[in-house]
Amino acid sequence: MIAQKQILLLSSLIVFSVASIIFSLLSGSVDISATQLAEGIFSTEPSLNAQVLQEIRLPRTLAAFVTGGLLALSGAIMQVLLRNPLADPYILGISGGAAVGALSAILVGATGFWLSNAAFVGALSSIFLVFGIANKFGNWSVTRLLLTGVVVSAGWGAVINILLTTSSTNNVQSMLFWLMGDLSQSRVNPAHYLLLLVGLVGGIFISRSLNVLIRGELLAVSLGVNVQSLRLLLFFSASVFTATAVTVAGSVGFVGLIIPHILRLLGARDHRILIPSCVLLGGSFLVMADSLARTLIAPQQLPVGVVTAVIGVPAFILILRSTIRK
Amino acid sequence: MANLKIQSLSLQIESKILCRDLNVQIRENERWGLLGKNGVGKTTLLHALIGQRRTNQGSIQLDGVSVYDLKQRELASKVGILFQQGIEALPATVFETVILGRHPHTQSLLWDDPKDIQIAENALAAFDLDQLKERAVDTLSGGELQRLALAMLLAQTPQLFLLDEPSNHLDVAFQVKLLTVLTNKVADTSASMIMATHDINLAFRFCENIILLLEDGESLVGKSVDVLTEENLSQAYGCHIRSINSGERRLFYPA
Repeated sequence: MIAQKQILLLSSLIVFSVASIIFSLLSGSVDISATQLAEGIFSTEPSLNAQVLQEIRLPRTLAAFVTGGLLALSGAIMQVLLRNPLADPYILGISGGAAVGALSAILVGATGFWLSNAAFVGALSSIFLVFGIANKFGNWSVTRLLLTGVVVSAGWGAVINILLTTSSTNNVQSMLFWLMGDLSQSRVNPAHYLLLLVGLVGGIFISRSLNVLIRGELLAVSLGVNVQSLRLLLFFSASVFTATAVTVAGSVGFVGLIIPHILRLLGARDHRILIPSCVLLGGSFLVMADSLARTLIAPQQLPVGVVTAVIGVPAFILILRSTIRK
Repeated sequence: MANLKIQSLSLQIESKILCRDLNVQIRENERWGLLGKNGVGKTTLLHALIGQRRTNQGSIQLDGVSVYDLKQRELASKVGILFQQGIEALPATVFETVILGRHPHTQSLLWDDPKDIQIAENALAAFDLDQLKERAVDTLSGGELQRLALAMLLAQTPQLFLLDEPSNHLDVAFQVKLLTVLTNKVADTSASMIMATHDINLAFRFCENIILLLEDGESLVGKSVDVLTEENLSQAYGCHIRSINSGERRLFYPA
């Protein structure tokens, strides 16, 4: 039953999302007041404020929102697929593959477009590698998928270490930023919004089946869920969301693992609520984290992945403690 | 109403033959007990009936259609199963859990249909769980969990109820009470049921028909009064089983 409490949760998340975007647009080295914000963002005349807002802050803020939303969505899906609370978007080696792609690109001096493409190709090859191995004999089980993913991840980890130890200091700096997740170069295009929208709508569409599947394969089958095809759909959609997110922002940790758990602790156990909540809280959480990442030690920037952990860990512990006391 | 026809069915796990050439026809309003010693294949047979185990030979037809050809959802709207291990105590409320039983029927995408809510609430009330509606499932006792699993099955409104050890975690009084409630509900809707159990006495009391699985894939199928004899049961369980007749009842005990 969708109770009033859950409607309240969704509405507060919408408010929080809007607030986080405004906060992000207001933070930075150029001081822009709230009134200037409204003018600057819709202004067609070239002014400094308009330029900062339209060309730097807004694209970066939106990139953060889309990335966070995709990661949290992917994390929630992986947790259902693998029926494991420790599952996160990266558990099946997607970020490892993307990292090897990205780091190799950095090694040969590629940036921007080519760096993103290399990361995306790395992520895709990891998806097919993991699924190909787990699926060797025509049938695949979740346990085998998980084990394969973890082992392939470890393999990518070794390659990443080789790349890091054999690269020049200059390159290592960029590589570490990529590995920790960094939004300073991030841009999103309409395809990214579309993907997030498809994930959101599609996720809500199958949320009843997710509610059943999380209770186990046999029960899901007995209640009429076509478990094999649902799992295929979940694996590939979560993989594509993750691959896209790491392509935009590097492997930002923590969002995909913790956001679904925070929401469940807040009462959003039903996937009809959990899925849209993940998109909203994942997005706004990363927007907030990125605002802090670029202001905390300005003019220097922190990798956003560091900030997600720094504010995520205490936030998670607080919520965990407050819900246990009840 | 569901009519289940099992024809020359053979089931095998690795090299072990669980049943060979089993023929049973289950019509509406019939209650069947499924008996046999540990590991003889009771659970496997029940899982085969919901299409979850490929058969070696033979067919399982529901209203004339093989269960392997039916869509999962269509099958689930007609056949419901209570699993041996019951339901897991995940963090969810009792009501959130019981309404999952409506999954194969529900039409609406987002909101719960008032009709589904009503059916789920009635199912809770049937097993005295209506007071616990908002309780977290992970705070329930073993017996309450088993009642919740039964309520979820009832909410599924199947035409064929498959029960794998329904008396698990229930004390003697609850066993009789809950099976009475359940069999009455089954009768109310002209449904049928198959109950796998270790309790011969419960099977005799609640089921008019019996499938008794023996070693090596043999089986005995027929009326309870005919199949549940000292001789047959001693052969099936590999130990001496005696019975006492008391009025219409028959009580069994190991010698």
